Amino acid sequence: MKFKLIIATTAVALVGAVVAANTQRDAILSGYAAQAGVSGFSADAGRQLFMSQNTGGKPATPSCSTCHTSDPRNVGHTRVGKVIQPMAVSRNPERFTDPAKVEKWFGRNCRSVLGRECTPTEKGNFITYMMSL
Amino acid sequence: MNMNIKALAVMAVALSTALPAMAASPWVVANNTTKTECSACHMAYAPGFLPKRSWRAIMSDLSNHFGEDASLDDAARTEISNYLVSQAPRDIRGLAASATPLRITELPWYTRIHGPRFVAYAQSHPSIGTLSNCTGCHRGAERGIFGDD
Repeated sequence: MKFKLIIATTAVALVGAVVAANTQRDAILSGYAAQAGVSGFSADAGRQLFMSQNTGGKPATPSCSTCHTSDPRNVGHTRVGKVIQPMAVSRNPERFTDPAKVEKWFGRNCRSVLGRECTPTEKGNFITYMMSL
Repeated sequence: MNMNIKALAVMAVALSTALPAMAASPWVVANNTTKTECSACHMAYAPGFLPKRSWRAIMSDLSNHFGEDASLDDAARTEISNYLVSQAPRDIRGLAASATPLRITELPWYTRIHGPRFVAYAQSHPSIGTLSNCTGCHRGAERGIFGDD
């Protein structure tokens, strides 16, 4: 009886955490939608951005996939070999739930890979792609 | 008996003076922001590995950080920079006062200990990969322990 209660409580807590994460992620997406003046984003455009090979940024990082691999469900590696947890939300539910962290990494990595800031539309598409996998 | 108590007392005093010094070891990163932010990409290198002027140079050009943009907000950047600079040595033995190395792997003592054969070995082993990966060989590196090679 006690055991069942523990399982039920844990399940409720886990579902609660996922719901909270989803709410936070949706709020971040809504923010980008408002900035971009659009009502929705494209996972396919996000995938194209993720896979694109670029020359405008820093030579060592021509693409998102340079470090994150071509499948965002995989674990990636930084250039010095440190593990990067998967970008896909299905594999890593904490992704895109902390607005400051999201902005910090879009800032750094868009400048490293593209040589410029990403637009709110690109950020929204990127997150939508990561939610679709 | 009396002697033992005296000896214990002496040891206790010695320990109590040694412990704060250990807490501020330049070979271990003691600042949480530094630990978190730097170790997002690589092992957080302890302040003792570079002279103050090197940390200043690194922390003032984070948008060109060894081939990547590692920019931080001003609050985090200032905190990390202050911590590293305050704990770093003014000079490092064998290093010209006019030199401001940005890489630990360029320091005279580093290249003396890690010769060309070692460098080739490290780079050909995927589990080590790059010289930036101290923990690839020194498992205790993040705790300031390097005597295991």
